[in-house]
Amino acid sequence: MAGMKELANRLKELEEQLVVCIRCGMCQSVCPLFDRTRKEADVARGKLALLDGLGKNLFTDPDGVNTRLNRCLLCGSCAANCPSGVNVVEIFIKARAILAEFKGLSPAKKLIFQKMLSNPETFDQLTKWAGKFQNIFTKKDKNAQGTSCARVVSPLFGDRHFLPMSDTPFRSSSPLINTPAGKSGVKAAFFTGCIIDKLFPRIGQDVVDIFEFHGVGTYIPKGQGCCGIPALASGDMKSFEKLVEYHIELFSQEHFDYLVTACATCTSTIKKLWSSIYKGSGSKIRERVKELSSKTLDINQFLVNKVNISLSQAEDNAESGDIVTYHDPCHLKKSLGVFKEPRLLIKASGGTLVEMEGSDKCCGMGGSFNLYHYELSSEIGQIKSKNIADTNCSTVATGCPACMVQISDMLAKKNLNIKVCHPIELYAKAIRK
Amino acid sequence: MTTQGVIGELKKIVGADNVLTQKEDMVTYSYDAAVLDPVVPSAAVMPENSEQLGQIVKLCSDNKLPITVRGAGTNLSGGTIPSSRASIVLLTGKLNKILEINEADMYAVVQPGVVTATLAAAVEKKGLFYPPDPGSQAVSTIGGNVAENAGGLRGLKYGVTKDYVMGVSFFDSMGEHVKSGSRTVKCATGYNLAGLMVGSEGTLGILDEITLKLIPLPKARKSMVAVYKTIDEASETVAAIISNRIVPATLELLDNFTIRAVEAYSKAGLPIDAGALLLIEVDGHPGQVAEDGLKVEELCKTLGAVDVKVAADDIERDKIWAARRSALSALAKLKPTLVLEDATVPRSKIPAMVKALQEIAIKYKIEIGTFGHAGDGNLHPTILTDKRNKEEWHRVESAIEEIFDRALALGGTLSGEHGTGLAKAPFLAKETGLSSIIFSRRLRKALDPNGILNPGKITGII
Repeated sequence: MAGMKELANRLKELEEQLVVCIRCGMCQSVCPLFDRTRKEADVARGKLALLDGLGKNLFTDPDGVNTRLNRCLLCGSCAANCPSGVNVVEIFIKARAILAEFKGLSPAKKLIFQKMLSNPETFDQLTKWAGKFQNIFTKKDKNAQGTSCARVVSPLFGDRHFLPMSDTPFRSSSPLINTPAGKSGVKAAFFTGCIIDKLFPRIGQDVVDIFEFHGVGTYIPKGQGCCGIPALASGDMKSFEKLVEYHIELFSQEHFDYLVTACATCTSTIKKLWSSIYKGSGSKIRERVKELSSKTLDINQFLVNKVNISLSQAEDNAESGDIVTYHDPCHLKKSLGVFKEPRLLIKASGGTLVEMEGSDKCCGMGGSFNLYHYELSSEIGQIKSKNIADTNCSTVATGCPACMVQISDMLAKKNLNIKVCHPIELYAKAIRK
Repeated sequence: MTTQGVIGELKKIVGADNVLTQKEDMVTYSYDAAVLDPVVPSAAVMPENSEQLGQIVKLCSDNKLPITVRGAGTNLSGGTIPSSRASIVLLTGKLNKILEINEADMYAVVQPGVVTATLAAAVEKKGLFYPPDPGSQAVSTIGGNVAENAGGLRGLKYGVTKDYVMGVSFFDSMGEHVKSGSRTVKCATGYNLAGLMVGSEGTLGILDEITLKLIPLPKARKSMVAVYKTIDEASETVAAIISNRIVPATLELLDNFTIRAVEAYSKAGLPIDAGALLLIEVDGHPGQVAEDGLKVEELCKTLGAVDVKVAADDIERDKIWAARRSALSALAKLKPTLVLEDATVPRSKIPAMVKALQEIAIKYKIEIGTFGHAGDGNLHPTILTDKRNKEEWHRVESAIEEIFDRALALGGTLSGEHGTGLAKAPFLAKETGLSSIIFSRRLRKALDPNGILNPGKITGII
């Protein structure tokens, strides 16, 4: 294919990061995808070798490498376990961007990312309409997870059990909130994130209530959009950068101490990818991105470390409350090292925490991975649902709304009577008592 | 039959999903963990049971198509790099069943693709112990461990993979099924083909079942870390512990270069001025553990340890071993290319070998971090470099050759546990003499007249 040399040249910018891989193969022990397929091209070492090969002009067209590169959950398990410290997720995202630019985005992705997602107002309006029409095609499952499924056999939904979109998304129902710091002495801006906005507005409300309860000054500006991860995962740098710049402007209108999100993926994206991937047009804006990234925190981490919620002896040893198990989202534990704090909040809420086997194994969601590779995603997810069920819990909590979507689907498939929630929901319920 | 024809037949045997031929997939089977040039094969095939495995070998035999078996591809001597473009890679990823764990007779029967750590955890649940623990055990396969005669941290007291193989069955180069050894402790029938298969690196047959000896899990263990001003004092302590008739389960050494790398990486509070650390664990009956532990502690102090810290509980024990486990990671982060050598000497020659390594690092102006299994003479001089720097790489190659020479001069071996593969094949004659290589080639020629079993490894081209 014409231009392969040029592509190889563009990949040169990854060379210094690619040579870090010593091909030891330790990533095989943690990759959820390799665990299912046992194929080298599915694990980080294989993909890194392919990018290396592409940079050395080993292939006549980039499609085969591109397909394999996209078969990845971006869960970061490999990076967290890598003896040489290869920054796998960052490399893959940069490579996806280079390949997307080289090949051009598909018309569908162009429409979704560049016309819809990167224009928060349009995106919210469109999804609101879609929310109104969803009941025509879907029906409620009447289960603990509150999922719906397709009314008729449909290639769009398959056999998914999905969480319906809320009638009143958080962003449209919540007015601009801007309160000063109370007894906690800190003020936090809340980045809502799309899944909380559209599927779980109740979590957004819980955050507002918890902040008020603890005297945390709250800033929730109107007009928030997406953190940019869907665009980034598809290599659409243009939409990603537009969204970063949009939010930098939006959040610069008020002073606050921390930017808090209740979504593991949003936190990880803002904290790690905004600062490492965003190239931007000037050093000034890059500085502002870095500054916002550095004060971004996960909600569990914020409450435990900055609002100083702690456990009494009794709460630590409680064995009387409902049995709750906790799933570690990859983007919290492996990406940000946050795993103690959500557990503390569950205990502080009066739950009896029972650990499942492999609590930090990926649930198989992986954003668009679930869309393109649903069968594999479900295979990985069913391991998770079995581990959850084996704890005999009544509730599974997890700090990521995307994981909540996947786990709800997996539990619903097996007709398991287990509720799925965010640790924040448990905590909010406890303080309302 | 053409290679394309064979690939069609392979698909009939294992199904199209289990045969990979696209160039992108082939590139991912062109390397292993050794620093060697990749070779891209024609196809990779993933059998799901022994029957399919046998049919594949027979098909390749009939068509004289070379086979390289690959488990986790963690080989450090190039044993899993394909022999040529016209060859296939046989993947054991789906031959990963533990067929039996027999508690009464203390053995396990496994397929070759079972991951070492998975087996170790499964037998430990039953109070049994499979001691060989190569550094890659979280991903390495038993088939690969047997084919390479893999070692690990516990070699000193518990031996290596070869000490646990009771029996094997395999397909020979004609696709015939061969069985050797038994589920009994004693077995004196026929040639010891199981012994021959250990360390044969896929050149004599292709394993389909392995029977492994298990032992009772030790009841108690005690770990300690001793800090030394000089590496000489540390290596003298190693010799002294053994000559006092104490055999620790593990006896590991970290040199100053490695200590500083680990500390920079893990901030565990290691003494960065120390010349060396010894990490020691004794295990067995609680009474003996207490007695040996005290004696070792005394010996360390007598021989110059400035500090000896004994782990009070499992948390402290884990901290000690975390430092050792992160040694390779910490070193790997310093430079893009890492060459992990495993030239091994009789344990009494450890002080001399340590000195030789220091001289070699200075002579060739390269960075060598040394850590490893001091108790069994198996050090891991780890060379940090950047292969893209051709001039430095040339010096590294010369240094490696001198490491081999010095180890052999001390009565040692080129490889304690990584195997010969491609990396050490050119140097093998230095250790064994030419007649041993000719003997091995004749053996190979007789068993594999068409040369389809992992050509080029160990004995070079036959």
